[in-house]
Amino acid sequence: MNAPALETRGLSRRFGGLIASDNVSLKLERGARHALIGPNGAGKTTLVNLLTGTLRPSAGAVLLDGEDVTGLASHARVRRGLARTFQINQLFGNLTPAESLCLAIGERLGHGGRALVSAGQDKAVVLEATELLERFGLTDAMDQKTRRLAYGKQRLLEIALALACRPRVLLLDEPAAGVPENERADILAALAALPADVTILLIEHDMDLVFRFARRISVLVAGRLLMEGEPKQVAADPQVRAVYLGESGHD
Amino acid sequence: MLTILFDGVAYGMLLFVLACGLSVTLGLMNFVNLAHGAFAMAGGYAAAILINRYGVPFLATLPVAFAFAAFIGVALERSLYRRLYGASHLDQVLFTIGLVFMAMPIANYFLGDQPQPVRVPAFLSGRFEIAGIGVGVYRLFVIAVCGAIAGGLQAFLIGTRFGAQLRAAVDDRRVASGLGVNVDRLFAVTFAIGSGLAGLGGALAADMVGGVDPSFPVKFMVSFLIVVAIGGSNGIVGSLLGALLLGILDVAGKYYVPSIGAFIIYAVMIATLIVRPQGLFSRGGR
Amino acid sequence: MSAIAAPDRVAAHLNRGGRWRPFEIAFWLAIVALIFALPSRALLINEILLAGLFALSLDLVLGYAGIVSLGQAAFFGTGAYAAGIIATLGVAEPLIGLVLASVIAGLLGLITAPLLLRGSDLTRLMVTLGVALLLGELANRNEWITGGADGLSLAAKPVLGLFPIDFTGQRNASLYSLAVLFALFVAARRLVQSPFGLSVRALKENPLRANALGVSAARRLIAIYGIAAAYAGASGALVAQTTGLVSLDVFDFHRSADVMLMLIIGGPGYLYGGLIGAAFFIALKDGVASATPEYWEFWIGLPLVVLVLVGRERIGGFIARWARRAALLAMRGAA
Repeated sequence: MNAPALETRGLSRRFGGLIASDNVSLKLERGARHALIGPNGAGKTTLVNLLTGTLRPSAGAVLLDGEDVTGLASHARVRRGLARTFQINQLFGNLTPAESLCLAIGERLGHGGRALVSAGQDKAVVLEATELLERFGLTDAMDQKTRRLAYGKQRLLEIALALACRPRVLLLDEPAAGVPENERADILAALAALPADVTILLIEHDMDLVFRFARRISVLVAGRLLMEGEPKQVAADPQVRAVYLGESGHD
Repeated sequence: MLTILFDGVAYGMLLFVLACGLSVTLGLMNFVNLAHGAFAMAGGYAAAILINRYGVPFLATLPVAFAFAAFIGVALERSLYRRLYGASHLDQVLFTIGLVFMAMPIANYFLGDQPQPVRVPAFLSGRFEIAGIGVGVYRLFVIAVCGAIAGGLQAFLIGTRFGAQLRAAVDDRRVASGLGVNVDRLFAVTFAIGSGLAGLGGALAADMVGGVDPSFPVKFMVSFLIVVAIGGSNGIVGSLLGALLLGILDVAGKYYVPSIGAFIIYAVMIATLIVRPQGLFSRGGR
Repeated sequence: MSAIAAPDRVAAHLNRGGRWRPFEIAFWLAIVALIFALPSRALLINEILLAGLFALSLDLVLGYAGIVSLGQAAFFGTGAYAAGIIATLGVAEPLIGLVLASVIAGLLGLITAPLLLRGSDLTRLMVTLGVALLLGELANRNEWITGGADGLSLAAKPVLGLFPIDFTGQRNASLYSLAVLFALFVAARRLVQSPFGLSVRALKENPLRANALGVSAARRLIAIYGIAAAYAGASGALVAQTTGLVSLDVFDFHRSADVMLMLIIGGPGYLYGGLIGAAFFIALKDGVASATPEYWEFWIGLPLVVLVLVGRERIGGFIARWARRAALLAMRGAA
């Protein structure tokens, strides 16, 4: 009953001689606001890919609500409630935001195989898409091709798409990456408004965002978990300051 | 039985010379060149015209066939092909099919649709027997020439600076250009050699396939693609083995099981593509 | 603020492809008008309609699902031979033959689709080409059922027992082809804006993200490939029934290449491209071929090379606009 929403046990991945993930064990409780930080090349992206099933681990396991999903393909994990956003936008350039969201919602409801009804006739899907468009301020842009949208809007659609999967666990891979300063507030507001029962793992470089958002932080260095704790503890930890915060202080 | 093997080897060697340019273009430039057969046709025609109209000896026409096809190749590469190196495979396919569609009527317009024979001199025709194997003199000649070319290419790739640059560029183009390799020039030279070899192959093949005619580019396109599919698109050895396998299978298949015909070859190609998309004989294919 | 409630706007946006716009109605009426206005060109019009249907099938594969196929003739040929063989077995009604032939071609599509799930454009291109060649060779070698190099001739009975579609009823043949084309076109139109159609388009646009949204790429691609194969089979069957002949060239590389050119000329990804491209291609072929029968290919090859070098989007869009205008004019002329 009280199994963690997301758990990894001794997750490891090697690429030839390189160990990109080294025995990573994480536990996220339901509704957690957990951040994963670490310098460039620490293996954050590899870890995300292991969690989503894009990569297979060399050893270890991934558990969703206590259930082992290590052997499942990524789309099957999505159906079990694990969704993600991408560090670099992965959108459908020639689809509109409305179409993209209806696709995501329809897939979740198992309507994706319907071939003889127009997508707009699915009332439940349309209502939910409308609601998401409004929540992310995309209503006015809903009928424009995604590739024509401003970058900040695309970033919001990136999150909205993941949320359309109604995830129980959501991986946010650097949601603020590349967003100009004046559009950052929109992203922060969107993150703050995420449903409370959704378990969130935030992978982020922007320390300001991390410390505002996260209630727990794990630090990844060279594929290995260096420490885990509350933001205050992490910020005060000399080791972390040395390898990570200290480094970013130089630039 | 061995006679068939011999004929198959000869045909395979010929296919190698015809197709190796294609596999290099694919490996080096990631360019799908369905018009490769047009260069073979150009070489075949060059030889046929020199022999039939001007009485040039057969052996002397071979270098001309090479040079002519290489010249056309480099001219097209510099003017048109290079614009599409970054384009999608679909665009490359469309472009090169367009070239084939243009090349065939051009050949037809200037040279007519009748096959132009490339007559082989007396000292290369005829056959003899060794230990019960019927050996066609011309086929022996083809094997010798193509074998020499394969060996020469391999030595060239391994032993020269240009070869080293080429191999580096096939492995990783960006790294190679970062190391100061003039990739642009490398492409042009490689394309010229590949087209030239196709031209030479066209001249050599003409006698064995009943002359050169305007449908040559399409007739052999499929064979070329099969060689590349089976052999993989990197390395001389892969292409050579692929070509030999195809040659032997084709000749033996037509002899022993004519009722299935080319079926075997297509099936082998599809199976190869499914099991090893990188080619049966490629290095480091996953 | 618009007075319409937001969900209705979203629904309207998603359903927008379902509205019949004036130029579309004009387009189809113009074809009917042409069939009646030019009885002497009925054969040519029929050829265009069926090539258009074939190109429509490739549009589903290439334009919507993004699978580069150089072997769509595999299904065209299967449909043609299936229709021919069914007719020689004594099934008189062409419609039954048509449906059976499409189903057979569609099944073949479903069977061969898994071969295309892995691999690059290049692998797919060669596998599709290989399948078509293989089937061609099968047809060539199994003379007992296909007639081998001599081909297979069939005498199609009247459609529904009423409308003869052989050489005595060329106009009927065109109308029969048009009716089938229109029905399949309407179905395709539905298909591409359905949830299924959205997912196929999404897979083409960004397979990584589509997967992350829970779309199972394999099933969707196999399904769309099978549907497209059935469409190609229908066009092959109609060619067999309306010309009364099936020969080995139904599997030719040329046929696969030509249909790709038609689609590219008209522009992939909006369903009308294949029809417009087919009209353009066949009219050009017909026009040039009567002037210089041996060299018509040159006049296909040259524009194609230019098209790719200049950029397909630009010219393709131009032709589409031009065709739209021509359709409107033709409509006014007919009225």
